[in-house]
Amino acid sequence: MSAALVVPGLCLYIAVSCALAYIFPQSVLAFLLVEASLLLLYYVHISDRVKFLLGGLVLLVLLPVLGFSNAYYFEIAIQIGIFVALALGLNIVVGFVGLLNLGFVAFYAIGAYLWAVFGSPQANNFVPAIMGGWFPLSANWFFVFLLLSIVVGGAAGALLGLPVLRLRGDYLAIVTLGFAEVVRALVNNLDKPINLTNGPRGISPISKPPLFFKPLLEFFGIQVSDAALYPMYFYFLVLLLVCVIILVTQRLENSRVGRAWKAIREDEIAASAMGVPVVRMKLLGFAVGASFASAVGVLFAAKQVFINPESFTFMESIGVLAMVILGGMGSVPGAILGATGVTILNLQLLKGLSLWLNGLRQSGAVWSIPLLGDLSLANLPAQFEPAKYERMIFGLILILMMIFRPQGILPPKQGAKK
Amino acid sequence: MEIALEILPQVLLDGIVLGFMYALIALGYTMVYGVLEFINFAHSEIFVLGSFVGVEVLLLLQSAGLLATLHPALILLLVIVTGMTISGLAAMTLERIAYRPLMGGPRLVALISAIGASFFLQDALRLFESLWRNTFYLNYPTLDFLDRNLPITASLTIPVKSLLVIVTAILTLLGLHFFVNRTRMGMAIRAVAQDPDTASLMGVPVNRVIALTFFVGGALGGLAGVLFGIHYSLVNPYSGFVPGMKAFTAAVLGGIGNIPGAMVGGMLLGLLEAFAASYLSILTDGAFGAEYKDVVAFVVLIVILIFRPKGLLGEAVRESKA
Repeated sequence: MSAALVVPGLCLYIAVSCALAYIFPQSVLAFLLVEASLLLLYYVHISDRVKFLLGGLVLLVLLPVLGFSNAYYFEIAIQIGIFVALALGLNIVVGFVGLLNLGFVAFYAIGAYLWAVFGSPQANNFVPAIMGGWFPLSANWFFVFLLLSIVVGGAAGALLGLPVLRLRGDYLAIVTLGFAEVVRALVNNLDKPINLTNGPRGISPISKPPLFFKPLLEFFGIQVSDAALYPMYFYFLVLLLVCVIILVTQRLENSRVGRAWKAIREDEIAASAMGVPVVRMKLLGFAVGASFASAVGVLFAAKQVFINPESFTFMESIGVLAMVILGGMGSVPGAILGATGVTILNLQLLKGLSLWLNGLRQSGAVWSIPLLGDLSLANLPAQFEPAKYERMIFGLILILMMIFRPQGILPPKQGAKK
Repeated sequence: MEIALEILPQVLLDGIVLGFMYALIALGYTMVYGVLEFINFAHSEIFVLGSFVGVEVLLLLQSAGLLATLHPALILLLVIVTGMTISGLAAMTLERIAYRPLMGGPRLVALISAIGASFFLQDALRLFESLWRNTFYLNYPTLDFLDRNLPITASLTIPVKSLLVIVTAILTLLGLHFFVNRTRMGMAIRAVAQDPDTASLMGVPVNRVIALTFFVGGALGGLAGVLFGIHYSLVNPYSGFVPGMKAFTAAVLGGIGNIPGAMVGGMLLGLLEAFAASYLSILTDGAFGAEYKDVVAFVVLIVILIFRPKGLLGEAVRESKA
């Protein structure tokens, strides 16, 4: 396609896909087309300014409009944003520094519980009665805790890293896994002797962030209910967080620190011989990744209103790892693509397929298959639901990617060594 | 204090049974690590596969009406041999498909593939059982001849189940010791573990020895799976993760790559866990209970790796393949 046609063509595509998604609010496919427009934007060769303009248009204007027509779109977009942020954090540890962290979700949990405990009445259970009644903290503290979580997450990462970063790669992987299991077991069981986390019952209600812009909206005469406002608010918060993380990651990647990380990844002994402070740099990478995850956790807790240990299983760690590997270790666009792809697969494609199969089952139709005879769809086992087999899909992604394309779909540009 | 003494024999027995199971699973990790320097993350699913093969064989025998008529020893032999064979073959297949193409590359690549294989197998088992039996939580049929208690002294009895685990495990471990140290194939395994390149130059078929190692490790895992199923009776596709992690801890505790080390480590960890499960709440006055036994195992792993990464009986860990 000639260059002159690319931009109008893209605009047309975006307009059509958005219109489709607007007209058919139930259609998974139409929304996928909208999401694909961002991928297209990344791939086409047009000037960066036009790219940012169009991308901004989609993310800042069109998606919110779609979301207002159907809050489900916001939900999907927020989930994607959360996983993109997590994948970017893990990408620093696995992709840049080359340390396999199988317990990444632990830091996510630390952030989430940090806000959950203090942003709900939960903290009254263990804070002395003199100060009792302080909790839940007012919503305005949310942003303080967002910053605090970066510090706490980073500290937790450094604390775990200090003793274990001298271990070899595969031992490190197992120790981080063990750490995540310990964190989960603690969260699960620390409802006694002192009730810190309320155990498996989880914590709720958790305060949402403050609607500080509401007076402004009312000043302009816009009346929107809080319930309609929050999804959009979270959408923009997640978007902002992702943008900040991308910015920080890119600045780090092209700095002295980023070069040191990659040197360690390629050859630790050579890097050390060149004067790279190996342990300190590894520790820094570990802490930066952990602090991202922890900040995302705060946002997650505020969005969910209710959290329990079930959200922070080993499965989540592997899911995020699959995202990073699918996209390409060490590549920021790759991590974004991987996270988006896997989340869409999980939330939309598999669920859609399950619903479709359920519909077939209820329709009770009979298919004749040659050689096998008649297959009554009503007899499809109820256990056979694609949405329940995400482990199988993650597993296949990991194996196939390792065998056929270990560098991922969008490998980092200067890479291709080895 | 009196309660503590009273339950001591029971705790010891639980610990020993658990310890033998961990030892059997840990051998699979340690043997593979010995020849390939690679953590076979999917070994826990090979172990679960053994459990499922065991329960399937027993259920099939039951539906054929043979469970009551066949001689108990024959039933046990059948279950154990089938479980070991299928698990061993599965481990070999896994190595061929998911690991061998990646050997020689960076170690993390193979580890990630192994994690993928582990997840894939969990859901594959679930899918199979869901389609076949419409549920993936299976119960071992009760075997009357195992549901008895053997009196030792007036106050102490041992369940036959526990005895079965202990006797089978001891026989297998002795057999393994003989196999590794006294046979040609065992010698080949030791040679490859020591130095694959030189072994290859001496005419040892390295790839075949690796496959054999996976088979033996897988078969031991399968045996552990069958025994686990018989002893605790409930199995599901996801029940391998925690025992697998603990067995790996046991392997590291004893010194990974080291066969006697895996046995010692497994036994130590099993005892430690049984003691933690029973005595934590007594020691802390009920503040922390049996739910922290998993934490104890993982903390042990972290502490060992920090202070004695070579394990209790470990040799120097090679850095050459990094």
